Amino acid sequence: MDLALLENILFATVRTGTPLLVVALGAMISERSGVLNLGQEGMILVGAACAFIAAYSADSLLLGVIIGALAGALVSLIFAFVALTLISNQVATGLALTIFGTGLSAFLGAEYVGQSIEGMTRVELPLLHKIPLIGPALFGQDLMVYLGLALFALVFWTMRSTRLGLIIRAVGENPQVAHALGYKVLVVRYAAVLFGGAMAGLAGAYLSLSYAPMWAEGISAGRGWIALALVVFASWRTERILLGAWLFGFASILHLLLQGFGYDVPSNLLAMLPYAVTIVVLVFMMSRKGAKGLFAPRSLGQPYHPPQ
Amino acid sequence: MRIEKRLQPSQTMVYLSPVLALVLTVIAGGLLFAALGHAPIASLMIFFIEPLRDTYGWSELAVKVTPLLLCATGLTLCFKAKIWNIGAEGQFVFAALIGGAVSLQLTEVEGFWVLPVILLSGVLAGMAWAGIAALLLTHFNTNEILTTIMLNYIAVNLLLWGVHGPLKDPAGFNFPESALFAEHTLLPLLSFDYRVTVALFIALFMVVVIWVLLARSLLGFQLRVLGENRNAARFAGFNSRAIIWFLLLFSGAMAGLAAISETNGPVGQLIPTLSLGYGYAAIIVVFMGRMHPVGIVLASMLLGLTYLGGEMAQIDLGLPKSITGLFQGMLLFFLLGCDLLIHYRLVLNGRATGVATT
Repeated sequence: MDLALLENILFATVRTGTPLLVVALGAMISERSGVLNLGQEGMILVGAACAFIAAYSADSLLLGVIIGALAGALVSLIFAFVALTLISNQVATGLALTIFGTGLSAFLGAEYVGQSIEGMTRVELPLLHKIPLIGPALFGQDLMVYLGLALFALVFWTMRSTRLGLIIRAVGENPQVAHALGYKVLVVRYAAVLFGGAMAGLAGAYLSLSYAPMWAEGISAGRGWIALALVVFASWRTERILLGAWLFGFASILHLLLQGFGYDVPSNLLAMLPYAVTIVVLVFMMSRKGAKGLFAPRSLGQPYHPPQ
Repeated sequence: MRIEKRLQPSQTMVYLSPVLALVLTVIAGGLLFAALGHAPIASLMIFFIEPLRDTYGWSELAVKVTPLLLCATGLTLCFKAKIWNIGAEGQFVFAALIGGAVSLQLTEVEGFWVLPVILLSGVLAGMAWAGIAALLLTHFNTNEILTTIMLNYIAVNLLLWGVHGPLKDPAGFNFPESALFAEHTLLPLLSFDYRVTVALFIALFMVVVIWVLLARSLLGFQLRVLGENRNAARFAGFNSRAIIWFLLLFSGAMAGLAAISETNGPVGQLIPTLSLGYGYAAIIVVFMGRMHPVGIVLASMLLGLTYLGGEMAQIDLGLPKSITGLFQGMLLFFLLGCDLLIHYRLVLNGRATGVATT
C-alpha cells in the first residue's frame, strides 16, 4: 500500500468521523448529566436542513453553521421540556424527537432538494499539513473538522479538570445528592440537553454544508444512532469518543477502499457496513467480563422530580 | 403553578391523556397551517375529515390500519415487558424482501398453497430478523434499542440492493423496482372496488389473540412482572430469556405479516419506499393505545389517518408528504407530555391540598 493511498484513507477517516465525533460529544455530555436523549438523529436532520436553507438563502456558510446549531438546540428544547419538566419516559420522548425531527426536516427542506451550494473549502494549515501521513488528515481539512477537534478538546478539558465537569457528573450519578449539595439538577440537565442539541445541529450543518454539500431527506443516514452506540463504546469517556469516531469513520469509508482495490461489491451492500460494525462493536463491548453498564452514569434515563 | 405527585396513578388520565394529546395536536397543527399561510380550520378539515368523507376513504383507512395494527400487536407485548423493540421497521422491510423474492419465484406456479407459502416466508423472515436482536440481547446483553435500529438500516439497504440488483424488473426501464407480482400471489380483496385485503381480518384476529394472551394467560402476568422488575421476575422463577425470545420472535412474525399485507396487497411489487414508516408509527400506536388491544385499534386508526391526511394535504394544499411525520411526532410528544397528569396533579399556588409530596 503506497503512502498516498494511506494518506487519503486517513484524510477520509477523520473527515467522515467528524460528524460522529461532534454528535457523540453532545450525547455524552447529556448522558453524563443523566439524560438519555435518543433524539440525536432527529436533531441532526433538523440542523442539517436549517443550515442548508440558511446558507442557501443568505449565501453564507457561516450563517448556515450558526443556524444549524441553533436549530438543533431549539428542537432539543422540546425534548428537554417534555422529558425533564413533564417527567416523561426518556426513551419514548427521544423516539418522538427523532420521528418529529425527521418529518420536520423533510418538510422544511422539501423545496431545497436538488439545490446545490458551494460547500466548505479545505484550509491547509501552513507547514503542518505537509507532515507525511497524518498531515493532510489533521491539518488539511475544512474549518468544521478543526472546530470538531477544538470542541473535543473543550469537552475533554471540561470533564477532566473543571468544576462544571464535576457538577455534570454529580448530577448524572446521583441527582438527589447533587440537589442536596445545592446544585440545580434540572438547570444542569437542561443545559446538557441543549448543548447536545447544538452539537447535533452542528454535525447536521457539517453534513449539508461540507460533507455532501446538499440537502436530501434523511441525509444523516443513521449517524445519530451510531453516535449513541459510540458513546456506549467509549464507556462515556471523552478520549475514547475521539478514537471511536475515527474507528466508525474508517468503517464508513471501507467501501471506498474495497472499490479502490477493484472489488466489485454492490454499493447498497457496502452501505450496510457502518451499521454492521456498530452491532459488532456493541457485542464486543458488552461481552467483556463485567462490562455490563459499568461506566454508565447511574441515573441515566431515570426521571427526576425535584422535591418541593 | 407546580406539580405534585398523586398518591395513586389516575386511571381517568390514562384514558383521557391520548384524547388531550389529540386535541393539542389538532391545535398545534392549526397553528402550523396558519403559519404556512393556509386557513387553519379548512386545512384541518382537509387533513382529518376530508379523507373519511366516503366509503372509499374508510376503505383506504383500513388499508393503512392493517400493517400498523399488525406491527403494533407485536410491539404491545414487547413494550409491556419493557423490551424496547424499535426494529419493527427492519423486520417489516426484511420480510417484504424475502416474501417478495418468494412471490416472484412463484409467478409461474399456481396452487392453493402459493399464498400460505408466501405468508409463511414473510413471517419466518420477520422472525429471523427479530431473532438476531433476541440473540444479541439474551446472549450478549447488547442494548436492544441500538441493535434493532441498526438492523433497520441494514434491512433497508438490503431491500435497496434487491431492487437495484437481483430482483429488479428486467422489463422495468431500469427503475429500481421489482416486476409486478402475479395475480395469484396477491392476497384476496374483500371487494373489487376497494384495496382492502383479507389481511385486515388477520390483523383484527391477532388483536383478539393478544387480548386473550394478556388478559387470560400466565404469560400476560409474566410480561407485566418482567416489565416492572427483571429481578423480581428472576426470583419468581420466570425464564426471562425464553420470554424475551418469544416476544421478539412474535413481534417479528407480526411485522412479517404486515409486510406481506403490503407487498402482496395494495403495493403489489417491491419498491424502495415500501414502508411508509409503519414500524416507527406502530410505536406511537402502542403508546397512544395504552398497550391495550382496544386502544391500539383506535390508535392505529388515528395514525392511519395521519397518512391519509398527509396525502390530502399534499394534493389539496401542496404541502410536502412529510407533514405526516410531523403530525405523528407531535402526537407522541403531546401524549408523553400529557401523561404527566397520570402520576402528578397540577396545583395552583396557594391552594394547599395536603397530599404528601414524597
